[in-house]
Amino acid sequence: MGNESVDSAVRVRGLVKRYGSKTAVDGLDLDVRAHTVTAVLGPNGAGKTTTIETCEGYRRPDGGTVRVLGLDPLADAAALRPRIGVMLQSGGVYSGARADEMLRHMAKLHAHPLDVDALIERLGLGSCGRTTYRRLSGGQQQRLALAMAVVGRPELVFLDEPTAGLDPQARRATWDLVRELRADGVTVVLTTHFMQEAEELADDVAIVDAGRVAAQGSPEQLCRGGAENTLRFTGRAGLDLGSLLKALPDGTAAAEPLPGTYRITGTVDPQLLATVTTWCAQHGVMPEGISVERHTLEDVFMELTGKELRS
Amino acid sequence: MSTGTYSPKPGAAPVGRMIAAQTALETRMLLRNGEQLLLTVIIPSLLLVLFSTVDIVDTGADKAVDFLAPGVLALAVLSTAFTGQAIATGFERRYGVLKRLGASPLPRWALMTAKTLAVLVTEVLQVALLTAIALALGWSPEGNPASVLLLLILGTAAFSGLGLLMAGTLKAEATLAAANLVFLLLLVGGGVIVPLDKFPEPARSLLELLPISALSDGLRDVLQNGASMPWGNALILAVWAVLGLGAAAKFFRWE
Repeated sequence: MGNESVDSAVRVRGLVKRYGSKTAVDGLDLDVRAHTVTAVLGPNGAGKTTTIETCEGYRRPDGGTVRVLGLDPLADAAALRPRIGVMLQSGGVYSGARADEMLRHMAKLHAHPLDVDALIERLGLGSCGRTTYRRLSGGQQQRLALAMAVVGRPELVFLDEPTAGLDPQARRATWDLVRELRADGVTVVLTTHFMQEAEELADDVAIVDAGRVAAQGSPEQLCRGGAENTLRFTGRAGLDLGSLLKALPDGTAAAEPLPGTYRITGTVDPQLLATVTTWCAQHGVMPEGISVERHTLEDVFMELTGKELRS
Repeated sequence: MSTGTYSPKPGAAPVGRMIAAQTALETRMLLRNGEQLLLTVIIPSLLLVLFSTVDIVDTGADKAVDFLAPGVLALAVLSTAFTGQAIATGFERRYGVLKRLGASPLPRWALMTAKTLAVLVTEVLQVALLTAIALALGWSPEGNPASVLLLLILGTAAFSGLGLLMAGTLKAEATLAAANLVFLLLLVGGGVIVPLDKFPEPARSLLELLPISALSDGLRDVLQNGASMPWGNALILAVWAVLGLGAAAKFFRWE
């Protein structure tokens, strides 16, 4: 228990949040391990932002418990706020403030801020010059919000859709920064629509749908668990599939949907691939066009939610 | 764990430093905004010069500037503490500035303190400028400066409460429109440039209860007539301050 609470950066149990008659979050559990990147993935209206904003202390839960760095985001707000960094989905800056001015201001609210000039350089905000916030491009506004979230050297940052609306290059730059944060021991929680973002960045992915976490785990675990992969090859027609199946682990299926076209479904790992090719070698079969169709996070998401992510 | 650029080292700055930084930023935002300057500097200055030099309104005073200067000082407080603060805060709420600062180490009370200090800094600049203009126009102020100061502070509290109430409850666009409209109505009907005795009863008695009337009339009592302390006007301002700040504290929504 003691160790668990030390290693847990965020612990949400049975969170319920209603807006009027609409239930935005409906018994959600979420765990974020310290020093990792957790992606909260889900379609619009799934309850991602409500969950994050409850962790940030903006929303009062209608049910359940929320602990962030072991603290209650509302009751312990004064102790928690200096330790977290927040990137809102949009806004948060005086429309008449310049990027460097706002960032320097946020730095002054913290005891040991990052070097502001270096951060401006790192995120390419130097080109904003004397332009005020309302005239910055969407990408510049996003990067400024990201800089504001990290400038206070927080232990934990919440990034709400950090790359929404960014071009691919700016998205890469943001991903690089998230990786650097993680490497330096910062815990990152981000929400996203982008499957690739979750796959690239996250140690853990929480798939949220209809106000609940449908599944949580590493991308590999999620793609493996429950989801079957497919191995295909072509060869001589009429191979003895019963003999092949004997060599393969239980739960594997083999079929010849068209003469000479073979499909093996199950947990396709390197061992299974080796078994299949060995069997082919023993039977004098050249497996041509051999291909493994890995289940992607997208497939898992579709299976769990019956929905496609907007991207 | 290795120490890198982003290695966590969290902590809030000392609260005094946070308030100083927030006050400086808020003041810069106020002074940088063109529409705000029109309201807080240009309109009061123009009214003072125009009505002092051109005989448009019969003020009943020997020198028009002796009547107008206290009224324009009251208008300056109205423009900054009420209109300017309501519009700026309304848009800060709309654009998530208040929300974002709410997740920073800056406590809410410190943010409101900084906003008040920014208003006071702006008012000091306004009073200095308007006093210089009025003196150049031949103004000869009377009375006790301490009474003037107390009235200005009570007026600031009353208008801040009402401005924040509006900013924290209405949509930003509605606040923009309403705050400007109220400014205009109070300019005309609050004894700023038009003496209240020009209005018939019972309108006049009602208008006298407005915070702008209490402030302009109180300032005039001291600065024009040399009264020591107009307690009646001070009481009206204090009541508005308690009601306004109390309602703002209760109904203000941060998002």
